[in-house]
Amino acid sequence: MTRVLLAGAALLALSAAASAQTVGFSQIGSESGWRAAETTLTRQQAEERGYTLQFSDAQQRQENQIAALRSFIAQGVDAILIAPVVATGWDSVLQEAQEAEIPVVLLDRQVDSSDDLYLTAVGSDLVHEGEVAGEWLLGEVGEEECRVVELQGTTGSSPAIDRAQGFRNAIEGHANVEIVRSQTGDFTRAGGKSVMESFLQAEGGGENICALYAHNDDMAIGAIQAIKEAGLAPGEDIKIVSIDAVPDIFQAMAAGEANATVELTPNMAGPAFDALEAYWADGTEPEKFIQTESRLYTQADDPAAEYEARKDLGY
Amino acid sequence: MRRSLQRITPQLLTLAALVALVTLFFPNFISISYDGTRFVGPIVDVLKRSAPVALLAVGMTLVIATRGIDLSVGTVMAIAGAVAAYAITSGFGLPATLALALLAGLAAGLWNGCLVALIGIQPIVATLILMTAGRGIAQLITEGRILTFSNNDFAFIGSGTVYGIPFPTILWLATAILVAALMRRTALGLLIEATGINRAASALAGVNATVILIAVYMASGFCAALAGIVATADIRGADANNAGLWLELDAILAVVIGGNSLLGGRFSIAGAMIGALIIQTINTGIVLAGFPSEYNLVIKAGLVLVILVMQSPNLSADWFYLKTLISEQRTARAERKEAS
Repeated sequence: MTRVLLAGAALLALSAAASAQTVGFSQIGSESGWRAAETTLTRQQAEERGYTLQFSDAQQRQENQIAALRSFIAQGVDAILIAPVVATGWDSVLQEAQEAEIPVVLLDRQVDSSDDLYLTAVGSDLVHEGEVAGEWLLGEVGEEECRVVELQGTTGSSPAIDRAQGFRNAIEGHANVEIVRSQTGDFTRAGGKSVMESFLQAEGGGENICALYAHNDDMAIGAIQAIKEAGLAPGEDIKIVSIDAVPDIFQAMAAGEANATVELTPNMAGPAFDALEAYWADGTEPEKFIQTESRLYTQADDPAAEYEARKDLGY
Repeated sequence: MRRSLQRITPQLLTLAALVALVTLFFPNFISISYDGTRFVGPIVDVLKRSAPVALLAVGMTLVIATRGIDLSVGTVMAIAGAVAAYAITSGFGLPATLALALLAGLAAGLWNGCLVALIGIQPIVATLILMTAGRGIAQLITEGRILTFSNNDFAFIGSGTVYGIPFPTILWLATAILVAALMRRTALGLLIEATGINRAASALAGVNATVILIAVYMASGFCAALAGIVATADIRGADANNAGLWLELDAILAVVIGGNSLLGGRFSIAGAMIGALIIQTINTGIVLAGFPSEYNLVIKAGLVLVILVMQSPNLSADWFYLKTLISEQRTARAERKEAS
């Protein structure tokens, strides 16, 4: 009897491997346009590869995510993707997944649990993003003097701290490039605009500002409006570099009002699925952290086409 | 006129002291120039940037005068902004867009007013409902993204100028003056104060307190919608997640700094307007002075604390007592001198 059951189980497992894989995806919620785009791209990637995607929206609550994970485990999915809302409190549910031999891939954010409880984490290196932005500016100004103003993200948030650090790492040792003013714009357009207005007032109507570094595109878009209203030409009088690569910044770049953006790709699922396929095929363990590319886009990269490609992703 | 001026003297002095303080750190603070099309200068920015909080504070003053509070105004800003951006991108004209956004604000106020006046829920709880739920409504309208538009007529409300003066400044000044005139040139202000001091007694005296209450919440919703329109027009997009976020607290603070009591009764819209200017002077001043952003909230809280302590009725009573004591001693000493 036991043998029959085992054989049956093996047969079932075989047929499951042969047919479409089922992947559970626990998303944080709809906190930002970027996250909506991440969801859209995860669905697209799953569809292209012929997976069945079980999607669960946690509405920013950890208990919903844990419940979703438990239900994925009960359904016996082939893999779980999770964008964890907080860093702590995942040990027991990750343990359950491990006991059920379901690989878990973390998207975009990290957890504090031991790293043998999950297969891998896919994410962006926020410090590196800042470095890419800083290096672009160094290449752009050469040896000329450049006074930079910085629009920081929400004070104390990890993207704000890391993106500030990365930019400083890049310009360190280059005495010609200097951050003269730095304030938080809370990652919002309105914040970016009002703080930029004050920066312009404080720096001789903007004449003493050579470049703006914004921790996200939305603040840069707000600042562009402030610069225009002050009678200056954004992108020419003041160079503008920001991070995220949301559709609207490509529109600004196409109009010559922004110069460069560093992409925080919402396609975290692509690398995750690649790692999972290798794991399913022959049990290859990927690295514990897969860093996504922080690609730089400038006005030379056909921003109009990039805008068209991105505008329907749900940003 | 002279009496109301006397009433807001402490606020005016505070504002002047604050401007002097910021000028100490940033000497060009009070310089204003004209660049051919518009006035430019930090003071002009303060007058423009204080528009949302000032508009909210007009409505909030009336609500607070009835011993109520409206926590939903920040959210109503987001809803009105979302409605306006949705309407203008769907091809409605500017008048229809504005009408729809203002109607949304009035509807939100009606909802709050009915909960408070008809059902009798405490104002802080009643308006908390919309504060929490409303942002979701705004997000449903914008589908969670920043809804941008390129209509220049609508953008004018946020960033245009009339005779070189920013339009938002004109809007909040006009709103404040109109509402203050309506309150003081008619009996409306008196009726609101009566309702705030004792609703039951004023109802017995023939004041239709229920209608008054609903009306002030609708006025607050209307002002919040105006603020939402300004904020949306300013960035040419409706940001449902962030528009008006925490501004209800700034509005309440402006009303309180303006010398109005949260216990209702007598109110001064002029005081609340100066309160809004004080808050914006602090915000702009911190950025201009170039402090690191970690200090923003600490500096703001410190200054607000100093302002409120200086306005404290207990302290002013002590001060008055001290003054009379000193003058009494002086006369006593003078009398002794004369006697000897």
